[in-house]
Amino acid sequence: MNPFLIENRIFDPAAECMDPAERRGLQLERLRNAVRHAGNIPFYRQKFKEAGITPESIRSLDDLRRLPFTTKQDLRDHYPFGFFAVPRSELVRIHASSGTTGKPTFVGYTRNDLKLWSELCARFLVGGGLTPDQVAQVSFGYGLFTGGFGLHYGIERVGAAVIPASSGNTQRQVLLLKDAKVNTLICTPSYALNLIDVLQDQGLKPGDLALRYAHFGGEQWTEDMRKAIEEALGIRAFNNYGLSEIIGPGVSGECAARTGMHIQEDHFIVECVNPQTLEPVAPGEEGELVITALTKEACPIIRYRTRDLARLLEGDCPCGRTTRRMSRVKGRTDDMMIIRGVNVFPSQVEEALLRVGGTAPHYVIELYRPHNLDEAVVKVEMRPQEFSDKMEELHRLRDRISREITGITGIHFQVELVEPNSLERSTGKVKRVIDKRGLKID
Amino acid sequence: MKLSKQLSLFVENKPGSLNAVCQVLKDHQINIRTLSLADTQQFGILRLLVKEHEKARAALEAAGFIVKSTDVLALPVSDRPGGLADILNVLDRNQMSVEYMYAFTFGRSESAVMVFRFEEPEKALQVLTEAGVPAVSEIELFA
Repeated sequence: MNPFLIENRIFDPAAECMDPAERRGLQLERLRNAVRHAGNIPFYRQKFKEAGITPESIRSLDDLRRLPFTTKQDLRDHYPFGFFAVPRSELVRIHASSGTTGKPTFVGYTRNDLKLWSELCARFLVGGGLTPDQVAQVSFGYGLFTGGFGLHYGIERVGAAVIPASSGNTQRQVLLLKDAKVNTLICTPSYALNLIDVLQDQGLKPGDLALRYAHFGGEQWTEDMRKAIEEALGIRAFNNYGLSEIIGPGVSGECAARTGMHIQEDHFIVECVNPQTLEPVAPGEEGELVITALTKEACPIIRYRTRDLARLLEGDCPCGRTTRRMSRVKGRTDDMMIIRGVNVFPSQVEEALLRVGGTAPHYVIELYRPHNLDEAVVKVEMRPQEFSDKMEELHRLRDRISREITGITGIHFQVELVEPNSLERSTGKVKRVIDKRGLKID
Repeated sequence: MKLSKQLSLFVENKPGSLNAVCQVLKDHQINIRTLSLADTQQFGILRLLVKEHEKARAALEAAGFIVKSTDVLALPVSDRPGGLADILNVLDRNQMSVEYMYAFTFGRSESAVMVFRFEEPEKALQVLTEAGVPAVSEIELFA
C-alpha cells in the first residue's frame, strides 16, 4: 500500500534526511555554539556560571540536561529586550507573543534568523504539497503574531505565489479562494471550518475551488476536525507546530505520510519531560515539550518550557526524513487559552479587571464556538463600589472592561455583569475558564 | 423631608431574580410602595420606594444584594393634559435634566406621583418649590 497521501517531496534532503549519527554530531557542535552565544545574555551567563557550564564542558548531547530551563516568567522578568543577544543594528524584525499579564513577550530576528525561519516553513510546506506553480493564501493575522509573516516568507521561499489575505472578513476570503484559484490555504483549523460554513451558504461545492492543500497551526485540533475539513473541501490538511518564543511556525510539521510532525532537529532539540519532576518521560509517553534552539542569533533560547503536552515519536517514516517526530499537542500544563488562534492567559483578563477596578473582582471566562468561530465571554461579579443606579454608568463600566481586555489580549470579550456571589466558588484551585467548545483531542 | 430615599439594586436579567428581592422584603414585612425596572438584555437596575428604607437596605445587603440609596423627588402630577408639561417647563427654564423618572398612583385619585432622579436633587427641589410645585414628603408617601 502506498503510504503517501500526496506526492512525497522534500525541500532540503541534505538536512532532512541526514544520517542520524551525523545529525547528532552536528547538534553537539551547534549546542556548544548556542551555549557560547547565549552567554551574551546576562540571565544565561549567570545561570551557566552557577552551574559551572562552559561551551567546552558540553561533551555529549546528554550534557543538555545540565543546562538550566527557561520559562515564560524568565522572559517576562527581563522585559522588554533582556533575552536579546545581538546589538540593535543586527535586528531586522521584532515580533511579540502574549505575555501572561499586560505586557507581551518580544522576540527579535536577525537577517539570518529570518532566512532560517523561511526555510523551516518551506520544509513543512513542501512536505505537505506546496510547489512553486501554486497560489497560497495566508489567512493568519499579519502583525505581531508570528503565524502570518512566518508562513508568508516560507511560501515565497518555496517560490509559490502568496496572497497575504490576513485574518477576518470571511466573505472576502472566500472570494479570494474562488477567484484567485488558490491551491493552498494557511489558517487555523477552526477558521477553515468557518470558511466552509460561508462556502456552503453560497452553494459552493469542493469541485468549484482549485484548493488542494491546507496547512493548519496556531491552535489545538483533532482528527475529527481534519476529516470534516478534508471532506468538505476535498483537500489534504497538514498540521504544523511552532511558537514565537522559539522562532514561530516551523519547529515541526507533517509530511506526505502524516506519521506525526517531523522536528527540524538540525536547528532544535526537543525534549519531553514530566512537568512536575522535569525528568525525561519514558520513550513515547506524553510530557511537556522543552525546546532548545541551536542556531538562533537574535534570541538564543535554552531548554524553553513550552507548557505544551505532546509525545515524541520514534521509528522510521516512509518519507525518507530521518528526524524524530512529535504528536499533536494534547493540552497545556498551564491555563493558557487559544482563542481564534491567539494565545490568551486568564491572568491577562485579570490584569484588565485590575486596571478598571483597582482590585480584581470574581470572574469566570467562558469559551464557545458557535458557527465554528470562537467566542469569549467574561462574567464579572458586580461590586458595591462599581454599582451605579444609572444605566449609562453601568454600560460605561462594561465597555471599559471590554476595551481593557482587548487592549491587553487583542481579543474581543463579551462582558457580562453578574450578581455578587453568583459565580461558583470552588474549594480547591479556582476554575477561571469554562471551555464549552467541545474539543476532544485524540 | 421633601427628598425621598430610593433603593437601587443590581439584578441579572434571568428568571427568579426579581422574586429573590421580593422574598427578602416579604420575610422582613416590608411593603413596596412602588418600583421601576430599567433593564438590558443581560442585567437591570431595580429601583424601589419602601417606607423603612434603612431596614430594607440592611436586609437586602445581608441577603447578598448590591444596594445603593439615592435621593429622588416624588412630585404630584395633575391628571389632566399638561400636568407633566407644567413640571418639565420649570425644569427646562432652569436647565435641569432628568436622569430618569417613573410614575405611580396612590391614595389620591385626581393626581399621579412621579419619581424624578436628578443629578442635583437639592437644587431641583429648590427650583420646583420656588415655582410652586411642591414635592410629596416621605411622610405623605408612606402614610
